[in-house]
Amino acid sequence: MTRLDELDYLGLPPAKQRLYNIKVFFADLPKKCGSALKKIPSAIGHGFAGIGGFFKDIGHTFADGDVKTKLSFFIMGFGQFFRRQIGRGIIFLIMEAVFIVFMAMFGFGYLADMRNLGTVAVEKTLNDYGLEVTVYKDNSLKILLYGVLTIFFVVGFLWTWYLNIKQNYTAQKLIEEGIRPKAFKDDLKSLGDEQYYKTLLAVPLLGITVFTVIPIFFMILVAFTNYDYAHLPPESLFSWVGFENFQTILTTDISGSGKFAYTFREILIWTLIWALVATFSNYFLGMFVAICINRKGIKFKKVFRTILVMTIAVPQFVSLLLVSKMFANEGIVNSILLKLGAITENIGWMTTPTMAKIMVLVINLWVGIPYLMLITTGVLMNIPADLYESAKIDGASGIKQFTKITLPYMLFVTGPYLLTSFTANINNFNVIYLLTAGAPKTMEYDGGAGKTDLLITWLYTLTITNNDYKMAAVIGILVFLVIAVISLVVYNVSPAMKNEEDFQ
Amino acid sequence: MAENNTSDVKYRSKSGRERFTRTMIYIFLTLLCVIWLIPFFYLVFQAFRGESQNMVTYVIPKQWSMNNFRILFNETNFLHWYKNTLIIALFNAVLQTVIVLSVAYALSRMRFKGRKLLMNVMLVLGMFPGFLSMIATYFLLKLVGLTSENSVPGLILVYAASSGMGYYIAKGFFDTIPRSLDEAARIDGASRSRVFFRIIMPMAKPIIIYTIMMAFIAPWGDFMYASLITFGHEEAYNVAVGLYKWLDKEHINNYFTVFCAGGLFVSVPVTVLFMALQRYYVEGVTGGAVKG
Repeated sequence: MTRLDELDYLGLPPAKQRLYNIKVFFADLPKKCGSALKKIPSAIGHGFAGIGGFFKDIGHTFADGDVKTKLSFFIMGFGQFFRRQIGRGIIFLIMEAVFIVFMAMFGFGYLADMRNLGTVAVEKTLNDYGLEVTVYKDNSLKILLYGVLTIFFVVGFLWTWYLNIKQNYTAQKLIEEGIRPKAFKDDLKSLGDEQYYKTLLAVPLLGITVFTVIPIFFMILVAFTNYDYAHLPPESLFSWVGFENFQTILTTDISGSGKFAYTFREILIWTLIWALVATFSNYFLGMFVAICINRKGIKFKKVFRTILVMTIAVPQFVSLLLVSKMFANEGIVNSILLKLGAITENIGWMTTPTMAKIMVLVINLWVGIPYLMLITTGVLMNIPADLYESAKIDGASGIKQFTKITLPYMLFVTGPYLLTSFTANINNFNVIYLLTAGAPKTMEYDGGAGKTDLLITWLYTLTITNNDYKMAAVIGILVFLVIAVISLVVYNVSPAMKNEEDFQ
Repeated sequence: MAENNTSDVKYRSKSGRERFTRTMIYIFLTLLCVIWLIPFFYLVFQAFRGESQNMVTYVIPKQWSMNNFRILFNETNFLHWYKNTLIIALFNAVLQTVIVLSVAYALSRMRFKGRKLLMNVMLVLGMFPGFLSMIATYFLLKLVGLTSENSVPGLILVYAASSGMGYYIAKGFFDTIPRSLDEAARIDGASRSRVFFRIIMPMAKPIIIYTIMMAFIAPWGDFMYASLITFGHEEAYNVAVGLYKWLDKEHINNYFTVFCAGGLFVSVPVTVLFMALQRYYVEGVTGGAVKG
């Protein structure tokens, strides 16, 4: 498209200006997306540079360190003992001892087992009475789990080791300058002061590591194995298969009908449609309701608001399950419509594919509008009233006020919320699972999926009913990639993603 | 005179249009409220229906009775489920609040090496679907024996452990408290921990109440995690998993009204609590949405 210079642009009538702006935005979109994606290699480069610097730093510390610091590379806490930091020294030494003992007794064994995830699953032997007994030998699941735990233990240890040499080096430098390094007592005290963040973050980060980071790492590894219903420990083993699962899900013609890839593609498309429609329909209708309630001269504002907010308060499994039963084939809605003579036979609200998709979107409005109503009410009240006053004086109509003042302001302020809500909708388990559980099921799909299934509910079905852990893991990773790419692009394309420090 | 008349007409027509718009809005909002309330009335009617326990083709019960509640308390495991959920909710309210406030304060108020990295890592971790990590968490918990019959401590651990990643709203709130307050106190010799407890906490009452409230309410509605952790052990279910089973094909004809009674029994306390603390909820979500 042709770009206008500033004078030409200002010469256009306002409506054309707006049109031009929109055109420019969309013309630039590919470039912006491209530049956002181009940042990935440079970010990775930065990462590697950081790692390189890290090793250089360690080398430098060793070269520049005195004997005590150098010895601390091998005997942790050694330097601290001789620099009157006995408390620290003891802690480091104990850590090293624990690490060596653990690795010697179990750790190396666990890591070695990870290479093939076990060789013999069960062994049938005869006991003393001549009866056959089954002995469970290798359990791939446990081998993988212990292996992952060991890897994290080693990483944790390496990090402590790094802290140890860094501290030695700092203490050495301080002594060279004639300053006494901190005693253990001071260390403890600073945990309530300058280093208070360590105290605050220790438990939360431990929790996140154990219950989020380790499990995610574990599941990423599972995506590269054949862990499924045919390979369930302890009866049988599973093993590494490389990228085979990713191939199954992404290509249509690998050994068999390629149904799985087809299912994945269909569900991915529906998930994206669902997330887009659900987010924006809730957003605009919620805003509309908020504007209605907040309109000058409307009474009973509080009553309206309270009634709508009740849907947020009632646990979703109660309200949504009930609503799903109301719209069931023999449900109350069909019964009443039949009695009224509005229909002659039951409508398959939740059983015909297209109808079910529309219904979950509509019922999701019932869930989402109150929520958006609350959020937008807060923002609407913050819009400076004099903007409207001057618009009124200029003779702007209500609709014009909305498109010129309200909407831009809302979009600007709640932009980040829209992104969060979009990603939340991609992972919206409750609404879909409680309403339809993915139904109507279809023979077109593989892996027990149904027409309203989102990736997250399919992931659930694959795990709970099908025990197809390998595919669940692959889908989880792909969901992550989808969300990550969308977030990255939105962050880079949207005009004003705010700097957090601006608020302080 | 004529002039006067036209302005009068103009005025009247404008107010007439305004009245029309208002009437339309009232009709629209009333209709909306009716639609929003239908499921709740349906729930109440079914919970007190005495003549049968299956789904029927009419709304108003022919016979009102407390029979469903009698069945609920005497013949099912509902009280077990209720107790489990209540214990989980109470523990979670305490643990999650402590964790969320700690993380939010540290990230809002203190500047240290790796802070940005930490925030980015948590952002990226949040992009993985929660259920993915849940599968492995299940095996981890099974290893230490915290699944099935010991699900209650297991679920408390699961909910609380990863709650640190949900620090955004509380951090956004802390960010709005002027930093000069901290600095003044620090100059007077107060340590960071003292500032946290004596200055920030008293000012953070709305966000503390919001966090406690959300942490208390969340376990009542959790189906996904609870169904996996408690798998196959009925006494360990929470209310969501327990009641869900009553609506499957085998149970619905005998348990539909009992489900409604149970749902009512769960919803009423949670709803009352929510309504009482509504103000804090609104503050929390609007603040959170605006700051992103």
